[in-house]
Amino acid sequence: MSSKMLFYVLKRVLLALLTIWIVITVTFFVMHAVPGGPFVGEKAISKEAQAALEAKYGLDKPLMTQYVTYLRDIVTRFDFGPSLKQRGRQVVAIIADGMKTSARLGVIAALIATVTGIVLGAVAAIRRNTVLDKVIMVITTAFVSMPSFIMGTLLLIIFSVHLGLLPANGAAQGGLILPVITLSLYPMSYITRLTRSSMLDVLGQDYIRTARAKGVSRAKIIFGHAMKNSLIPVITYVGPMLAYIVTGSMVVEQIFAVPGIGRQFISSIINRDYTMIMGTTIILASLIVIMNLVSDILYKIVDPRIEFE
Amino acid sequence: MLNANKPFSLHLDPKLFEPATEEEKAYISRMRPSSTFFRDGCKRLLKNKVATVSMILILLITLAVIILPMVWPYSYESMLGVRPGKPVDSSYNNLAPFTWGKTELKRMEEGEKLFPHIFGTDGHGRDYFIRVVYGARISLAVGFFASIIVLLIGMVIGSVAGYCGGKVDIIIMRIVDIIYSLPDMLVIILLAVVLGKTLNVEGTILEKIGSNVISMFIVFGLLYWVSMARLIRGQILSLREQEYVLSSQATGAKGGWIIRKHLLPNCISVIIISTALQIPNAIFTESFLSFMGLGVNAPMPSLGSLASEALNGITSYTYRLVIPAVVICLIVLSLNLFGDGLRDAFDPKLNA
Repeated sequence: MSSKMLFYVLKRVLLALLTIWIVITVTFFVMHAVPGGPFVGEKAISKEAQAALEAKYGLDKPLMTQYVTYLRDIVTRFDFGPSLKQRGRQVVAIIADGMKTSARLGVIAALIATVTGIVLGAVAAIRRNTVLDKVIMVITTAFVSMPSFIMGTLLLIIFSVHLGLLPANGAAQGGLILPVITLSLYPMSYITRLTRSSMLDVLGQDYIRTARAKGVSRAKIIFGHAMKNSLIPVITYVGPMLAYIVTGSMVVEQIFAVPGIGRQFISSIINRDYTMIMGTTIILASLIVIMNLVSDILYKIVDPRIEFE
Repeated sequence: MLNANKPFSLHLDPKLFEPATEEEKAYISRMRPSSTFFRDGCKRLLKNKVATVSMILILLITLAVIILPMVWPYSYESMLGVRPGKPVDSSYNNLAPFTWGKTELKRMEEGEKLFPHIFGTDGHGRDYFIRVVYGARISLAVGFFASIIVLLIGMVIGSVAGYCGGKVDIIIMRIVDIIYSLPDMLVIILLAVVLGKTLNVEGTILEKIGSNVISMFIVFGLLYWVSMARLIRGQILSLREQEYVLSSQATGAKGGWIIRKHLLPNCISVIIISTALQIPNAIFTESFLSFMGLGVNAPMPSLGSLASEALNGITSYTYRLVIPAVVICLIVLSLNLFGDGLRDAFDPKLNA
């Protein structure tokens, strides 16, 4: 690793840490700017009871003290405090609980999207301007223009309401199939288009022509020469794909009643469970920032032609 | 040379003053009127069938959502079964397409002609067709205005960063980097939750739009300008090295003038293309937020909130979900295809 590279990685890591800190700060102050506080609006609550509740959760201290405590607990103990509505449970525990389902959902969806996307994109590029290519492009264009909640509900109508093939409830046996499909269609279409255009780019390069002139077989040209270089742009999409899957899973989990982190997030918004909202936002945001960082650094390592700023 | 035959003579060659022959005239006559960059682009755009069809579709939808609510006999918020002083007539709730409620049937027997409920009514007895039209209106309006906001902020900041360079550029670009790496959807949800509660617009002109829509605009304005700013900065960085900028500076023009008169008009095609592609993006976000209940305020429909309301009756009233879904896909798809067509037609990089 050159020193230039090291400098770049260091810079990006610092920027990522700064971003995470900003997310924590913004989340904290924005949530505390909501008028009324978390305990207003519940069933008639006496002044004393409210004061006691606020003292229990440390809400009676000055804002800056609360902020410093919050930040210190996160950094030193990875502690986001107790949930305000699910009595007796820590935010981290609840999130870890939901994460088990959501992570499985997300990872499977991401894998399916990447593999099928690359295959379809490569096929479309190799067979460009044929009927097959046109069909792939039309379908992926349609999928890219379809919000995830529409996709999810349409799949729900077709496969579980009308055909009765798959369960509509995500907790049931095989219930994750529809959510995974819903979640993977958009990134799959995106990767298909990305792979197709970069593959077309690569196939037009001189070294491909040279290989062809030497008499290298078609399969060897595609898999040995073209594939590697045309996959580089796909690496940059890993970060955004994760961001999409995180937000997409909120909708998908809501539609299919999957007991995951996205559904918890939505219900904590509805219940005004402030510590949950803050904790989930910060953890998911950090996850996205870190994934972006990894995919950006990977991109530069894989392709030495790219210059470091 | 005055005279080709006698190089040292000062006599003019009379041949030079003869009228031009037909051949020479044909040489200088214009084959066709000269074309501008804009006209060239339009011609290319119209040749692209997909883009033209999408453009017509967008225009039709836009006209429909503007005109239809004015002439339609039902309004999006009036519950047809509710009349002052009488018990609620539940026969109006969940009407199937092209059917009528009890009192309407009576009036029709008496010979009155009534307008059909093309898509029936929803669970509260509101005409569903006009709700879909109104929802499309809200979605399009949010998409359009959000993109304008993004465009304005991005244009100002991007051109300042690009033109000034140096420290100003570095500071602005660091801020852009940080906002760019923020996970936008999460921040949008967070701000939508909070702003929806904190913004107090009652009693102002903004009341009709609703605090949630305004918070959406604020969020768009805060977060989405960064890519536009980056784009314009890049354009300006290369344009400001051109000679005409130097000449303008030499004659004493101020920075603002140069940016407005020379630099921005030269990156107009990039600006238009990315604004066009920003609109479907904003519509996506709006419908996502409305679907989660963070979008438009209650009686007002948007395509996202219509779809999420329809989820409850998904087995018996499937069409109520399918209709807004189709409309939203149609709008986003045609905007995307039109934006792609615009890029193909106007991107100067491809013409070179």
